[in-house]
Amino acid sequence: MAMKEKIIEKILLLTAFSSIFILGLITFFIFKEGLPLILKIGIKAFLLGEKWIPSKGLFGVFPMIVSSFWVTFGALLLGIPLGLACAIFLSELIPPSVGLLLRPAIQLLAAIPSVIYGFWGLIVLVPLIQNHFGGPGLSILAGSLVLGFMILPTIITISEDSLKALPPTYKAGALALGATHWQTIWRVLIPAARSGVVASVILGMGRAIGETMAMIMILGNAVKMPTSFLDSARTLTTNIGIEMGYASGDHRQALFATGVVLFFIIMALNTLAISLSRRRVH
Amino acid sequence: MINRTRYLTQSVAKILIWIGALSTIAMMILILFQILREGLPVLHLGFFLDSPKNMGREGGIFTTIVGTVALTAVAIIVGAPLGVGTAIFLREYTRESKTSRVIRFGTDCLAGVPSIIFGLFGFVFFVIRLNMGWSILSGGLTLAAMILPTVISTAEESIKTIPSSYREVSYSLGGTRWQTITRVVLPSALPGIFTGILLSIGRSIGETAAIILTAGSSLVMPTSLFSPSRTMSVHFYILAREGISMKMAYGTGAALILLVLMVNIIAQWLINRYIRHRT
Repeated sequence: MAMKEKIIEKILLLTAFSSIFILGLITFFIFKEGLPLILKIGIKAFLLGEKWIPSKGLFGVFPMIVSSFWVTFGALLLGIPLGLACAIFLSELIPPSVGLLLRPAIQLLAAIPSVIYGFWGLIVLVPLIQNHFGGPGLSILAGSLVLGFMILPTIITISEDSLKALPPTYKAGALALGATHWQTIWRVLIPAARSGVVASVILGMGRAIGETMAMIMILGNAVKMPTSFLDSARTLTTNIGIEMGYASGDHRQALFATGVVLFFIIMALNTLAISLSRRRVH
Repeated sequence: MINRTRYLTQSVAKILIWIGALSTIAMMILILFQILREGLPVLHLGFFLDSPKNMGREGGIFTTIVGTVALTAVAIIVGAPLGVGTAIFLREYTRESKTSRVIRFGTDCLAGVPSIIFGLFGFVFFVIRLNMGWSILSGGLTLAAMILPTVISTAEESIKTIPSSYREVSYSLGGTRWQTITRVVLPSALPGIFTGILLSIGRSIGETAAIILTAGSSLVMPTSLFSPSRTMSVHFYILAREGISMKMAYGTGAALILLVLMVNIIAQWLINRYIRHRT
């Protein structure tokens, strides 16, 4: 009996390490495939090179790094205010019964496949931008708007959780001192939940940088340094998504190398967000 | 005077927040409406039961439904036991320890890894290294890795809410740890675990980037785990991006939306029922 218990515990321990194991495998294989090319052409030439012409062996991802951040920045401009508004709305302004309806709606927002958002961007936003602002329509602006919407569930749920986790005495104390409800929210609750709110924004940022299919559909995919929100662009993720289907040799390795850069950015953001939300717990 | 400004600010702020929240919901409804309006008329029984013909310009989406179900099944069969096992270990075998902190960090990190990275990994590991080729198995295993964090966190949450008195009763009756887990903990946590599995199914159905790199995009009817296959999401993406047929794209999109909505509404319903049941 005791023997069986011991064996089961060992099996469960092994199981529990599966996610670490997978993370390790992912890291190992992405680096194994991508690193040799980065070392071959030089870190600087790869990261800061502005030309991506696989047929000539030119692999510079700088425009894609810039585009990734540009699109993400645009998404945050829309996502942060809307997300915070929804989080405050859900935690402070609405009666719980309405929240019971609204919260599933936010969850649904997260469940809609990204290709659906991309398709909507393509058929609605792109023509709209083309007609009203000119340019190709397939643009950073369209990408930012769609992404800003896609990262809302991340920002809303985590911000709302951290607002809800605050001790009720904070609110009671502020109200008792004569602060209005809004002053309590803005000057007491939000600052107290700051680390959670910041963590939610960072995770949203990670989600935005990592999005692929929707962006392939609406960014236009031109490899060049973006100069305006109306330019079409290619991000790190879309570069992989578009060319992986037919790449081979150095070209394929260069796509894995693009993955390495993406992986570094995502891991930095993840670690930051995790350490911030840990702080909230203790 | 100062008082009046205070209350004015409050009113303005609250109105802005109402506008923000309502416009978010309105946008979501608009997005769904605009796709469903064009897509729903395309949906007939034949659309679901016929195989795609002529690259998807004609016929239906039957083979992609089969592909979606097969890939999702592999993902759940592999991912769910691993995830639930992890959750049991984290909750029943170790309290806050160094091991559990490392495991949690790994799980949190995995949750943040973008699907295209999973796709690259699945391609080089399953498709090439393990020689599985573009197949349902490669795609399903890649998906299993992707859904792991969701399964773990929902299972952990539901195990957490089980009162410790349940366990104490089992132990006092002479139950071993494993008996307590299989007869007391797991049955009580089942609705929560099931919710996590439903959410994972939803995620698997909607996934595109990772699947296109690991399961391929063949429209041929899959015959085994080693057949390449195209899922509904991948089909939808290819129809729309390559401009093969807007009508079929709308139809597939509408079918996708309905499917994902259905799965998630059941999951939400379970969560609500479960919460009410517990408290």
